[in-house]
Amino acid sequence: MKLETSAWPDSYGADAKPRVGFFTDTSVCIGCKACEVACKEWNRIPDSPKGFTGNSYDNTVDLGANTWRHVAFVEKRVPVDADGGASLVEAAERGGLVEEAGVNTYQEGDGLRWLMSSDVCKHCTHAACLEVCPTGALFRTEFGTVVVQEDVCNGCGYCVPACPFGVLDRREDDGRVWKCTLCYDRLKDDQEPACAQACPTNSIQFGELAELRARAEGRLAQLTAAGQADARLYLADSDDGIGGGGAFFLLLDDPEVYGLPPDPVDTTRDLGSIWAAAGAAALALGAGLAAAVLGGRG
Amino acid sequence: MGSNMAEQHPVGFQWVMEAKERGAKVMHVDPRFTRTSAMADLHVPIRAGTDIAFLGGIVNHVFEHDAWFREYVRHYTNATAILKPEFRDTEDAAGLFSGWNPEDEAYVIDSWAYNKTEAETAGGKHEQEGDVSGEQAHGAHGFSLRHGRPPDTDDSMEDERCILQIVKRHFSRYTPEMVEEICGCPREKFLQVARWMCENSGRERTSAICYAVGWTQHTTGVQNIRAASIVQLLLGNIGRPGGGILALRGHANIQGSTDIPTLFNILPGYIPMPHPQEQPSLDKFVELNGPKNGAWGQLKAYMVSLLKAWWGAAATEDNEYCFHHLPRISGDHSHYATMLKMLDGGVKGFFAVGQNPTVGSANTKLQRLALSKLDWLVVRDLHETETAAFWHDSPEIEDGELRPEEIGTEVFFMPAAAHTEKDGNFTNTQRLLQWHHKALEPPGDCRSELNWVYHLGRRIREKLAGSDDPRDRAILELTWDYPVKGPHEEPDAEAVLQEIGGRKADGSFVDSYDELADDGSTSCGSWIHAGIYKDGVNQSARKTPGTGQNWIAHEWGWAWPKDVRILYNRASADPDGNPWSERKRYVWWDANEGKWTSLGDSPDFPADKAPDYEPGRRDKGMDAIRGDAPFIVHPDGLGWVFAPSGLVDGPLPAHYEPQESPFRNPLYPQQLSPTRQVFPRPENPYHPPGGEPGAEVFPFVLTTYRLTEHHTAGAMSRTVAYLAELQPELFCEVSPILAELRGLEHGGWATVVSARTAIEARVMVTERVQPLEVQGRPMHLVGLPYHWGNRGLAKGDSANELLPVVLDNNVHISEYKVATCDIRPGRRPRGRERLELVEEYRRRAGVKA
Repeated sequence: MKLETSAWPDSYGADAKPRVGFFTDTSVCIGCKACEVACKEWNRIPDSPKGFTGNSYDNTVDLGANTWRHVAFVEKRVPVDADGGASLVEAAERGGLVEEAGVNTYQEGDGLRWLMSSDVCKHCTHAACLEVCPTGALFRTEFGTVVVQEDVCNGCGYCVPACPFGVLDRREDDGRVWKCTLCYDRLKDDQEPACAQACPTNSIQFGELAELRARAEGRLAQLTAAGQADARLYLADSDDGIGGGGAFFLLLDDPEVYGLPPDPVDTTRDLGSIWAAAGAAALALGAGLAAAVLGGRG
Repeated sequence: MGSNMAEQHPVGFQWVMEAKERGAKVMHVDPRFTRTSAMADLHVPIRAGTDIAFLGGIVNHVFEHDAWFREYVRHYTNATAILKPEFRDTEDAAGLFSGWNPEDEAYVIDSWAYNKTEAETAGGKHEQEGDVSGEQAHGAHGFSLRHGRPPDTDDSMEDERCILQIVKRHFSRYTPEMVEEICGCPREKFLQVARWMCENSGRERTSAICYAVGWTQHTTGVQNIRAASIVQLLLGNIGRPGGGILALRGHANIQGSTDIPTLFNILPGYIPMPHPQEQPSLDKFVELNGPKNGAWGQLKAYMVSLLKAWWGAAATEDNEYCFHHLPRISGDHSHYATMLKMLDGGVKGFFAVGQNPTVGSANTKLQRLALSKLDWLVVRDLHETETAAFWHDSPEIEDGELRPEEIGTEVFFMPAAAHTEKDGNFTNTQRLLQWHHKALEPPGDCRSELNWVYHLGRRIREKLAGSDDPRDRAILELTWDYPVKGPHEEPDAEAVLQEIGGRKADGSFVDSYDELADDGSTSCGSWIHAGIYKDGVNQSARKTPGTGQNWIAHEWGWAWPKDVRILYNRASADPDGNPWSERKRYVWWDANEGKWTSLGDSPDFPADKAPDYEPGRRDKGMDAIRGDAPFIVHPDGLGWVFAPSGLVDGPLPAHYEPQESPFRNPLYPQQLSPTRQVFPRPENPYHPPGGEPGAEVFPFVLTTYRLTEHHTAGAMSRTVAYLAELQPELFCEVSPILAELRGLEHGGWATVVSARTAIEARVMVTERVQPLEVQGRPMHLVGLPYHWGNRGLAKGDSANELLPVVLDNNVHISEYKVATCDIRPGRRPRGRERLELVEEYRRRAGVKA
């Protein structure tokens, strides 16, 4: 498990704190949106009404400058099993899963699945937003989190397309970019983020990232043993395209189903090789020009 | 069942999730697939209003499979009691019980009594009327036994007139097939619920039922809960850890507001209000309202202590402790009765304190028309609610039916303090009181209820000072001297709590209601709360963290009575006082110490009463309760599988159709609850009953419910930007099949119509609502959250506009949870055209209005 990022812990030396983050176990999310409200209350985020969307119980739509926690609701039919002749009781039992493991299905019943999940900034290990920010407004904190300083941000907007998740967004009436700070101010006072404190079922778990990753592995094993075959962790792998997320998730279906990119990559990952390729191309062009000019003489 | 806990009690629901993590099975029986269903192991769809058929089906299953907890039932319930030979069940009498008096539309309850006893209601009557003062024998008041146990019993429970056999026969036709026919539940799913409950009950395991207004807001509301009680008593789940029936209340302190009641017919601690004619004296009141046995045997002590709390030194033995200062209820003064009287010009003034009836009550138009007849209205709330603004901003004003100039009501809006701006208690579902400390002063003119009522009373007393009118003595002699503090002269809430908790003559605080006396030496504002200030400590303010205690968490808060966390917990031990199993050990008899002991709760039983204690013939009060009788508030100490008194509509639950239903009752010729309160008048037209001509004009079942994001009638959530944006508009939930049937577009608009009015809502087409097959035909459901009104940030039509007023006569609660309607695409017409649309429907349905 590689938790180090480009600026943490090295640039902090003795002042570095253990890296913290979120493990969001969506299997126990009851869709109450306490996280959305707690976040807005604590951070005094403006309301951003979008009206009735008809998108299940989700009228928030997506993360943005005024939405730093967003609960997604997905209603879908569960495919009928191969031996479709099973009685409703057996289907329910199978859905009910195994007594022994003591863990049962989540967010599913009647052949219907209602997935609920609280989305947030991923505080990536390889954070493209950080890399592209020209003013240094975005920085890596001593906790390993990614925060944008509103008094430095000039609203250039480079970070907006850089984020593979579409988290960053500019506030229209303000111009600056705003996003989840992992409640940096609360962390400095040894408090957990507002959303984690508000979450009644402990779907949002805050803590040291190393410990959260271990806990998540255990939870996944528990669910898998109980027959929840489609449970998986998302952004818990240090070798993935963003180096693993400071905020990672346990999902019950493909990420796309939740509106998340299936294989997100740090958009600055290839900058080095892009520049190298450009440099090589420039050299080749230069060499060709030179050959043409010099050869053309005489 | 009858609840949606994850959505309405999300914080409490964490414990259900915790139980699930430990292997508990969660079942959710609900007309829709909700956020609770998403977390359940099994969701069972059910037709709204048919819960008794379902629960009766479970009782039937329990008997068919011999799954009842024999020893528990034999010793702890009245299943062994033999009934009188003249008792007739619904099976014998076409859906009625014996004693039905059609002239009075009430039951004479004599034939329901145990054999060789007399049945009496409070007030000493034999007819159980629901709507007249003082004659409601709620709980077990009206049943005095002579020997502490039913005098005629059959311990083998085989006698055909013993209660067990009567109950078995009563539910014998509630088969899985009948459940499917009435409820629309797929038989296999119903059976799965029944099986799991039976497998998970008994010595080693217990099962719990959680319900809320999905059960209470029906014409058979009280019987819904009775049906659950029968299930849980037969399975031995009451008074045991992990068992019980939990009433998830409708808002944060509604439990507190029934304990120290805002209800017209009870005094604090559920003592009945006195009746003018039948109770001319304190002693007569006690005689008629208090059974001689059980915890209620000390009614006189509780009553005298209450009177001393209220009238202090003025209350002496000579004047019967100011018993005659108490108001006498002279009729039905419940909410709907009051509004109807108001509508007829019979009420001058009205206080709406934290209540928004023009959104929250059934038939909201009737509520507004009634308010327009008042001389004056005082509204205390956080915002100018729909009720406060009815005279200038309402559907009738919008449609031109009413004009502000024509409304003579003088409206006073008094801003209220929020809960963070005052000290006080919340009492939750499990009777637990938790103190909250004021965090900041209320802004501007906002004041707490305590401040407002206290100073209003003070000013009234100042105006009346020196009066020699005997009528004024009731107010002038009150103890009305709480210390006040702060810039708003806020009465000290803890001083009030101290008065509620009770004091002895020397001023020290009582430990429990056992210390209350009937000689005027104690005072106590509420006997069930006696001891909340034990040792001079505000017990409800204790906040030892859970991590510092065992799971009972006895050092957090305080529960009434006597800080008992699981009520009737004597039942967690067998008749000999030993736990039923090691796994379910909770309270047991310690023979060495000679007292009951517990894992950490207060035993809900006299500490030193041995399990083998038998009362003598002359013993009274708690001394008349046997050592193996856990249900100490009943005069026989037993759980009532059959209720010989206390309810207006029967000793046993029976399935009756809701007032408005597309279907007929296949079980009995008696279609609807015979005792339900109907108010047929032009402002409250009903749809024709299922099967009658005209019923097909409103072919769909309508149900109302809540969302997590909003709170009750919306004054506290639709006015808050962060909540309003989460659910900004009223929407209806319909199945894809109904959408196709009626041409409804997802995300579009629909108009929902009843004989009362037509409202509009956005359309949410979802598979979480499914048609059910009922009696061979499809049943379609239209679901509507009821939070919206025409004020605030998130505005919309109110679902309760559609509903008629029709009440359960035990408690006067209206049938909000089920009615019928039609639905059509598009927005509703405005103004005159809306009235014309509704008129057209009424004509087609043959409804006179």
